[in-house]
Amino acid sequence: MKKTYKIEVDCANCANLMEETTRKVAGVAAATVNFMTQKMVVEFEDGQEPARVMKDVLKACKKVEPDCEIEL
Amino acid sequence: MNKKQKKVLLRIVVTAVMLVVLQLVKTTGALRLALYLAAYLVIGWDILRKAFHGILNRRVFDENFLMAVATVGAFALAIHTKSGDYLEGIAVMLFYQIGELFQSYAVGKSRKNIAALMDIRPDYANVEVDGRVEQVDPEEVAVGTVIVVQPGEKVPLDGVILEGNSSLDTVALTGESIPRDVVAGDGIISGCINLSGLLKVQTTKEFGESTVSKILDMVENASSRKSRAEDFIARFARIYTPAVCYSALALALLPPLVRLAFLSLTPQWGVWAYRALIFLVVSCPCALVISVPLSFFAGLGGASKEGVLIKGSNYLEALAQVQCVVFDKTGTLTEGTFEVAGIHHSVMEEERLLEYAALAECASNHPISKSLQRAYGKEIDRSRVGEIQEISGHGVVAVVDGQTVAIGNDKLMEQHRIPYHECGSAGTVIHVAVDGAYAGHVLISDTVKPHAKAAVAALKALGVTRTVMLTGDRDRAARQVAAELGVDEVHSELLPGDKVDRLEQILTSGKGGKVAFVGDGINDAPVLTRADVGIAMGALGSDAAIEAADVVLMDDDPLQIVKGIKIARKCTGIVRQNILLALVVKFGCLSLTAVGLSNMWLAIFADVGVMVLAVLNAIRALRVHNL
Repeated sequence: MKKTYKIEVDCANCANLMEETTRKVAGVAAATVNFMTQKMVVEFEDGQEPARVMKDVLKACKKVEPDCEIEL
Repeated sequence: MNKKQKKVLLRIVVTAVMLVVLQLVKTTGALRLALYLAAYLVIGWDILRKAFHGILNRRVFDENFLMAVATVGAFALAIHTKSGDYLEGIAVMLFYQIGELFQSYAVGKSRKNIAALMDIRPDYANVEVDGRVEQVDPEEVAVGTVIVVQPGEKVPLDGVILEGNSSLDTVALTGESIPRDVVAGDGIISGCINLSGLLKVQTTKEFGESTVSKILDMVENASSRKSRAEDFIARFARIYTPAVCYSALALALLPPLVRLAFLSLTPQWGVWAYRALIFLVVSCPCALVISVPLSFFAGLGGASKEGVLIKGSNYLEALAQVQCVVFDKTGTLTEGTFEVAGIHHSVMEEERLLEYAALAECASNHPISKSLQRAYGKEIDRSRVGEIQEISGHGVVAVVDGQTVAIGNDKLMEQHRIPYHECGSAGTVIHVAVDGAYAGHVLISDTVKPHAKAAVAALKALGVTRTVMLTGDRDRAARQVAAELGVDEVHSELLPGDKVDRLEQILTSGKGGKVAFVGDGINDAPVLTRADVGIAMGALGSDAAIEAADVVLMDDDPLQIVKGIKIARKCTGIVRQNILLALVVKFGCLSLTAVGLSNMWLAIFADVGVMVLAVLNAIRALRVHNL
């Protein structure tokens, strides 16, 4: 399943970091962060609950980029 | 400016004021240090915090870390040498913050600009419920619902007009500023603006499948397909930052040690530490990391505004390198609307020959059959037509009024061993034979698009070395069109499958440069996919073409191809300028620093100044209207 989230991130490099980090979160099959449109597309692994996975994603992203925001 | 940016601006102003006051009021010793430190913390606390965070998360070499080390180092050096010159460290931080603020402002601004260009998303649809008009979310409208579009409103969903006539502003979709007139029965695509009359439209697609959603989806996802330049920068930044950090460390340690051990000179720790700090300030890769994607984003946005939808930065890059353009003929270089141009060698009344032809072809939807039916002009009485046999690639044999009518090309006549007359004029020839006897032929021609010749000439002026036309049409007609337009090569009488083979030959025989294929999306999806750059034109409404193509021209004017290439070239040119500018200035500064010919101020220019210039340059990619 694929879902799109609005994000808030200030720099292009930070967006790349968020992308890398999100991909490593358990339950995430693939992720792309688009800095220019401030959007994040996350593809979840089968049988995963998006809301729960996204909580971990947000936590992981906050760790690498304290200023970032994901609208869940 | 958003809240975050305003906060940073406030901190910048406060720090600047503090620094001015501190320059005017003479202070010394610990008080001086404390005051300067306060100014430093006002401007730099968040950078220090982020750097600390980075270290905790084992992510050391980022820009925050560089800035923190450089500025703290400058402070430490000033304390160590008792110079009392704390200004530099703060200035570096101050200018860094100004640069970041500018960047975030400029990027936000251009993002909004581009979003505004593509502001075709309809907010609501008017649905009639029990005689009253209600506004609903377009996503909730089912296929087949009748919606009302008032003058001045955006058409929210694709559909067919049931009632009313009006003119439509399609500028947001096609870049074409002349309004398009529509009447009841016409198809209508979402994203147009209804200018004059009230329209009742029956929807034919759901919102998610409608033109406007498809376009928005394409534009928004375009920048996630990264170009080679972007990949290069991402890889470069990964190696570059650590490399400069280690070089800085080496610069701080090695020369003093060498001086001490081998040259028996004073080590000059302070001098070399200072140079190492300058290294760190210069090293930040922001100018590259931000300006390259921003240039592509602006280029893609500018192109969409002109009705050229490019599906990714990688295709924009490929489009700029196109050396060979392969055209489909029908619908691309020609209008694709066939008309009966003449009836020759008819043994009966021309009217009657046309009648036989139209009746025999009555079951076909082929554009040529349609043209015959149009030319006939009367209602077709199907009861007069008996058994119809279609012979693919040849024509039709049908029983009309009890007579066997064979209608088709040369091959059909040869197959039935009927002697026929060659036609001297260009165009498609449809022979007609009644009961095995030749009855004459109908000449059908397709008109060349008004800008086709200019487009081919403009492509050549742009340095496209090879232009090729592929067509299923017969050789004579193809050659005549090619000669008229100035196309270099023609491959005619091709079946759809042959087109792919021909394209493969062209792809392998080319020397460097990319091969673009331009088609109208009908029957040529495989060829569009196979080419380096597949360009579909006038493709609004043709889902297969939008899927298969890399570039979609919303207008069917061949000059749009030229425009697309020009935009792509401008954009990649800007990217090259930015990469070159950043690298030359940065490496120049680094080498000057290593030999002691620079200071912190130059370093700030190399970092922030270059970034500002690069961002401003990137925004230029948005202005492509007059190309």
